[in-house]
Amino acid sequence: MVNLIQSLGAYALKRVFSAGRLGLFFVYAIRGIFLPPRKFWATIKQIQFIGSKSLVVIGFTAAFTGMVLALQGYHTLSRFGSEGWLGSVVGLSLIRELGPVLSALMVAGRAGSAMAAEIGIMRIEEQIDALECMAIDPFSYLVTPRLIASLIALPLLTAFNNVVGILGGYMIGVGLLGVNAGAFWDGLITNVDWSDLNMALVKSVCFSILIAWVCTYKGFYTGVDEGRFGPEQVGRATTEAVVISSIAVLTGDYVITSVML
Amino acid sequence: MPNENLIEIRGLNSLYQDRQVLFDINFSIPRHRVTVIMGVSGSGKTTIFRHLIGLKKTGPKEITIDGEDLGAFSEARLMQYRRRIGVLFQSGALFNSMSLAENIAIPLRAHTRLADETIRIMTVMKLNLVGLADFSDYMPSQISGGMKKRAGLARALIMDPEILFVDEPSSGLDPITAAGLDRLIVELRETLGMSAVVVTHELESAFKIADLMVVMDEGRIMAVGSPGEIRNSADGRVRQFLNREADTCKVGLESYYRRLFEGK
Repeated sequence: MVNLIQSLGAYALKRVFSAGRLGLFFVYAIRGIFLPPRKFWATIKQIQFIGSKSLVVIGFTAAFTGMVLALQGYHTLSRFGSEGWLGSVVGLSLIRELGPVLSALMVAGRAGSAMAAEIGIMRIEEQIDALECMAIDPFSYLVTPRLIASLIALPLLTAFNNVVGILGGYMIGVGLLGVNAGAFWDGLITNVDWSDLNMALVKSVCFSILIAWVCTYKGFYTGVDEGRFGPEQVGRATTEAVVISSIAVLTGDYVITSVML
Repeated sequence: MPNENLIEIRGLNSLYQDRQVLFDINFSIPRHRVTVIMGVSGSGKTTIFRHLIGLKKTGPKEITIDGEDLGAFSEARLMQYRRRIGVLFQSGALFNSMSLAENIAIPLRAHTRLADETIRIMTVMKLNLVGLADFSDYMPSQISGGMKKRAGLARALIMDPEILFVDEPSSGLDPITAAGLDRLIVELRETLGMSAVVVTHELESAFKIADLMVVMDEGRIMAVGSPGEIRNSADGRVRQFLNREADTCKVGLESYYRRLFEGK
């Protein structure tokens, strides 16, 4: 019984310690914006990595999501003779929900995993220790550029996702299923307003912070708790980074939607 | 006049999670000298190294640098201290995504506002010092382990540090490269008066470069002295280390059986 209480206590303390460290990690990353070294080019490089290199995968995801939405929406709406609403169904679904969430999940899988692995390798190869010994703040050097880049890239990727998805929906709805083009655009323009775009923006900004925060944190503390620094720890950190950031995105999506609706 | 001793270590104890790895360590690191901390694997020499470069937390008054308590350093003061030191890690710790020249220029770009051309010249000078001037555009993955270590040394020296910390300079290197690194450390001490702390288990290298030797075993200091004093030490464990004799079984038969059958 005493052992059980001891184990529970140790577990609780460990969790509290991890939560505190996660919070401080974010504070240090934000503080890094104001600390040397200059990080303009490092941030540009990360925007290119997170943003432009994700365009193809996000384009594919968006196009097929829009196409499937058009197919499903058409078959449902046609039961009520409301095919003309297809534009608004596709547009609203994409802009409010699927665009931000799918873009975030794709970025978590592609760029987030790479962030965790790259920083994790730097940890096991003593490169983070080397940075500290060169009197360079590792949070400012490694985490801050990725956080800023993610903040810039993900909202833009979400916008791209929404545009491509709507075009995919238009192609199937108008081109294949014969919905009137005017009705498609009119439904879209009439029913999508600024609050929907605002919701997409808020979501993508929050998701970008969550992804960069979780993935860089997991990479940064690779093997630290176990006191072991090997490839196995990098693999584990990468997997955990993707899983936790994806769960954070889905949970965050529910919270933001419930607050903003 | 500054104290002859640059760093004083007094009653240093250290833990990894629940396991104590250093026990009451006491010795001084002299200024403008090469101090070699040596011992077998797991003897605690790298832990002392990590304490000295501020990567592991130190208790009050356990380590003083120029009379200042390392354990009481604020974050800003620790950064100041680290600008005075250069550290060469065992693996070289180069950034894989950067060329050698870019790697070596990191501290200059972070701490100075020098023009690109000046940084380039300084980088080439340091690469030349370690014999890698022709490899400045190479990536770390394109060079050998010994070259990585030499490039790491060039980076450690780029800010002209007052104290150089080197972790296992000779491990994994061929004898010629290792001898070259040893010679470089001695030259830095002779020409620039640099103080150096070298952690190694390579006897030949240690005796070649050391002004002061600290021999460690199982987290405790076995002997401190000049290379001559260490060579003539009568301590059995020191002699065993110097003569490279394997450990005989230290566990008695009775305790062996107890561990085997009772799991104790």
